[in-house]
Amino acid sequence: MSRAAALAGALVLWAAITLGNRWLGVVNPVLLPTPLEAGAVALELGRSGELLRHVLTSLGRVAQGFGLAAVAALGLGLLVGLCVPLRLMAEPVIEFVRPIPPLAFLPMFLVWFGLGEASKVAFIGYTTFFPMFVAIAASVLRVDVVLLRAAASLGASRADLVRRVMLPAALPGIVVALRVGVGLALFVIVGAEFMGADAGLGYLIMDGRMFFNPAQIVMGALALGLLGSLINTLLLVAERRLLHGRAAS
Amino acid sequence: MTGAPKIQIRRVARSFGAAAALAEVDLDVAERELVCILGPSGCGKSTLLNIVAGFLAPTTGAVLVDGRAVTGPGPERGVVFQEYALFPWLTVTGNVEFGPLLQSRPAGERRRIVDRYLDLVGLRAHASKFPVQLSGGMKQRVAIARALANDPAIVLMDEPFGALDAQTRETLQDELARIQRVEHKTILFVTHSIREAVYLADRVVVMTSVPGRIKQIFPIKLPEARDRFAPEFTQYESDITRVVKEEVAKVRE
Repeated sequence: MSRAAALAGALVLWAAITLGNRWLGVVNPVLLPTPLEAGAVALELGRSGELLRHVLTSLGRVAQGFGLAAVAALGLGLLVGLCVPLRLMAEPVIEFVRPIPPLAFLPMFLVWFGLGEASKVAFIGYTTFFPMFVAIAASVLRVDVVLLRAAASLGASRADLVRRVMLPAALPGIVVALRVGVGLALFVIVGAEFMGADAGLGYLIMDGRMFFNPAQIVMGALALGLLGSLINTLLLVAERRLLHGRAAS
Repeated sequence: MTGAPKIQIRRVARSFGAAAALAEVDLDVAERELVCILGPSGCGKSTLLNIVAGFLAPTTGAVLVDGRAVTGPGPERGVVFQEYALFPWLTVTGNVEFGPLLQSRPAGERRRIVDRYLDLVGLRAHASKFPVQLSGGMKQRVAIARALANDPAIVLMDEPFGALDAQTRETLQDELARIQRVEHKTILFVTHSIREAVYLADRVVVMTSVPGRIKQIFPIKLPEARDRFAPEFTQYESDITRVVKEEVAKVRE
């Protein structure tokens, strides 16, 4: 209930500022679109099916890029978490590559993969891979040695230890890593769609700039926010289902 | 089988880097015997237990179980840890049937095993709870049930009641004594509580301060159901206390 009230409050504030500006004429009213104007753009694009197409295009890219990165991060994260020599090799490389802002490599992806879908998917994959990979490897490394000892003294083989102790013990960390990855993918999709795209929410925002339509920019941003919080809520529900029982209840 | 010791600890020493933790320990534990290892903190008694469990290799010497050298952990040596070490993602039932599951026992048999050992520790009613929902005493009961459900010949207990309050501690000592009268395991039990050792043990092994070696062994000749307030009991307590205090004093120097 208080969530709805807070959101309504933010909406009212937005309306007050933009309508107030219109009333007082501080800046050109076109620069500060009102909620109604953004809503009108949403309605228009929604009716024609354009909005859905942009949303689905962005979601498709996020799903593909994140999906590829998640599979790679899971595989390599588990491997590096379990195997000490691999970890010693991987660590310095990761520590060097990780702090490079992913956007610095966006032009490289365009050079490599062209302006089509591949560059966007690859860029999202690249951006989300490192944080997920590092977090997954860390959650495997954090598994309490006493749990491994307990299982070993109950007769667990090496395969049992991985399957029945390491994986379930690392699962909460893995789930959080994946959730962070999805959030990040939604974050960078916009950047990826600013260049060489003909659909997607990022394209819609850029299109709003080209044709000087601030209402469309605001609407695109809001659509991204809504999409992000929706996906996050779904993931939280899934996470609670998956980890049910472990947390204090 | 009687006569041959179940566990033979042969000149076992262990150092960590340059620091010697354990200096040449020789000890035999007979089948069905409960031996308590007692000593000042940091004397290497947990190190010794970890070597018998196979979690640590001795620097020199060897541990033999039924005449065979220990090279790693194994299901014939169950372990109960001070920090319980329950699997938080499994229910009480899931924890207790972990060992039988690894041995691919059929579901019906697993259920019978779980029921039997949860009855033994009085936790049948909590079978579907998760570890976070249990008190410390209950967690340690589950850990004991989990170790016993795997039917090990040997149970190694590393200060199992050390994290519990005094009341719960005595209750669990009572339960362990009762369980041992039914299960007849060979038990190596590490503790720093003299009272606990006298209450539970057939023999109490007092270790020296670091690097640990055996200082003295006290056979406890008391009846099976022990009375903590009997004069013989308190006599053992004060005898052992005197020996332990010498070692604690050495640590302080």
